[in-house]
Amino acid sequence: MRSENRLCEYAAAFAAGLTDPAIVAPEDVVATSGKGVVKRYNVYRNNVTVSLIDALADIYPAIQRITGVEFFRAMARFHVRATPPASPLLFEYGRDFPAFIESYEYARDMPWLADTARIERAWLDAYHAADLPALAAEALGGIEPTSLAGVRFKPHPAARIVRSPYPAVAIFAMNRTDGPVSPLCSSEPEDALVTRPEQDVVVSRLPAGGATFLIDLLEGASLSDAVAAAFQEAPSFDLQANLAGMISAGVFTAVQHGD
Amino acid sequence: MEYSTRTTAIGERGRPPVGTPDAQGLAGTSFKHEHLSAILADRLKDGFFEVHAENYMGAGGPPHRALAAIREGYPLSIHGVCMSIGGPGALDATHLARFRDVVVRYEPALVSEHLAWSSHGGTFFNDLLPLPYTKETLEKVCDHVNQVQEAIKRPILLENPSTYVAFASSTMSETDFLRAVAQHTGCGLLLDVNNVFVSANNHGFSASAYLAGFPLEEVGEIHLAGYSEQEDDENELLLIDSHDRAISDSVWTLYRDVVSRIGPRPTLIEWDSNLPDWPVLRAQALTARRIMAQHGISLAGELSHEV
Repeated sequence: MRSENRLCEYAAAFAAGLTDPAIVAPEDVVATSGKGVVKRYNVYRNNVTVSLIDALADIYPAIQRITGVEFFRAMARFHVRATPPASPLLFEYGRDFPAFIESYEYARDMPWLADTARIERAWLDAYHAADLPALAAEALGGIEPTSLAGVRFKPHPAARIVRSPYPAVAIFAMNRTDGPVSPLCSSEPEDALVTRPEQDVVVSRLPAGGATFLIDLLEGASLSDAVAAAFQEAPSFDLQANLAGMISAGVFTAVQHGD
Repeated sequence: MEYSTRTTAIGERGRPPVGTPDAQGLAGTSFKHEHLSAILADRLKDGFFEVHAENYMGAGGPPHRALAAIREGYPLSIHGVCMSIGGPGALDATHLARFRDVVVRYEPALVSEHLAWSSHGGTFFNDLLPLPYTKETLEKVCDHVNQVQEAIKRPILLENPSTYVAFASSTMSETDFLRAVAQHTGCGLLLDVNNVFVSANNHGFSASAYLAGFPLEEVGEIHLAGYSEQEDDENELLLIDSHDRAISDSVWTLYRDVVSRIGPRPTLIEWDSNLPDWPVLRAQALTARRIMAQHGISLAGELSHEV
């Protein structure tokens, strides 16, 4: 037990300063010929911080483009130090970053930034989601008209919805590429649908009532209940168009049978 | 449990610790998705590709599609970077299961991990961190290597690290430590020649002397990479294992020396950032292959100077 405790000390001691620049290298850490270890330990500290900031930059390229590299890296550095990853899978990292952006003092004049980040995080989840076929249009056609109202769907693993009171989809689309950025004069709320219908992730803007409709269906509601909820939220809800969009985007993988 | 009394059903002693018998002379590179179409258009003969296991631990999507396309034409090396084999804590069982799944899915020719740690106390640091070399850490590392080998039902290759600091509490040399791990667990070793060069500079020892003490008979794969330069507290040269440029002449020379002593081994050009176009990477792999062809049989005392 004593040996076990002593054994653990090197990692605990070495880890302490990796995300806290105020903590110096542990005593047991040395260099040949009595050389100093400040810069040497800093190599590890730097590797940790820079590689995790890089990971956030890879996950949130549109945010970095909007804020500029310097702003982004300063913001990301705060987040990395406060919330380092728990999982060794870096593509799982940064789930708390949108909420961090929301509370980040220097980003308050960009209230739409957090939702744009949420779309980027959803994009990466869709990218790594399991491979399953998208529900074919014929599958709907094959359902008896009398049972159509009660039908439920099995979500495709890539499907995500991000609702925003800001034009987050337009902001995402404009900044996710290297193309030119033009002034955006919209203050409309936008709901994003993120899917991977074939090989590539697709982000599209949902029409009025579309988010409520799909969220209900994704949560297992029957078609008739989801339609009712959509109409309640948006009297202009267009069922035909939303069904067609749902099929082509690949939101679902199958019709749920049974239960 | 004493590591020294533990037997392993895998990793039979006395044979080259390599997955496939015809893999010895292969020269390969890190696989980056940016290069996929160039690689598929321009076949690398006798090549192989290495990927970080963690990048393929997602459920599906484009990464697996790209890797499956490469796997159709080439042997693969699955290189784990996050198992934390050198850490004092228990291995992450979930991560170990994911690692096993990647190995089962891609049936790689080579599987490797690091003598280092990267997670502690619930935090993942995303770096290969150093450990003291003691009887206690040896026992722990052997236990971890055994667990990995039991999970994937085959031996792994354990890579020597590049380090920037040492530990006052160390009681063994790195080469003795690696030899003991190989002896006790049946694992092979991944000799990173650039790491040897970087550590030798950083700790003021001779790279050749390190290699003289290295259990070369256990080497199942060789890594080559580029390093960058910084300064230590005394404003003296500190080398960083950066994987972001071409291999230095000094590292090629050490490599030639190793190959002339042990013959060809699957050799990988590691290049992870500041990526060049595919032909540049390919040319580095072909240089390694040429060296293996020219020096792969014992040619003691006959080092040429043409690289």
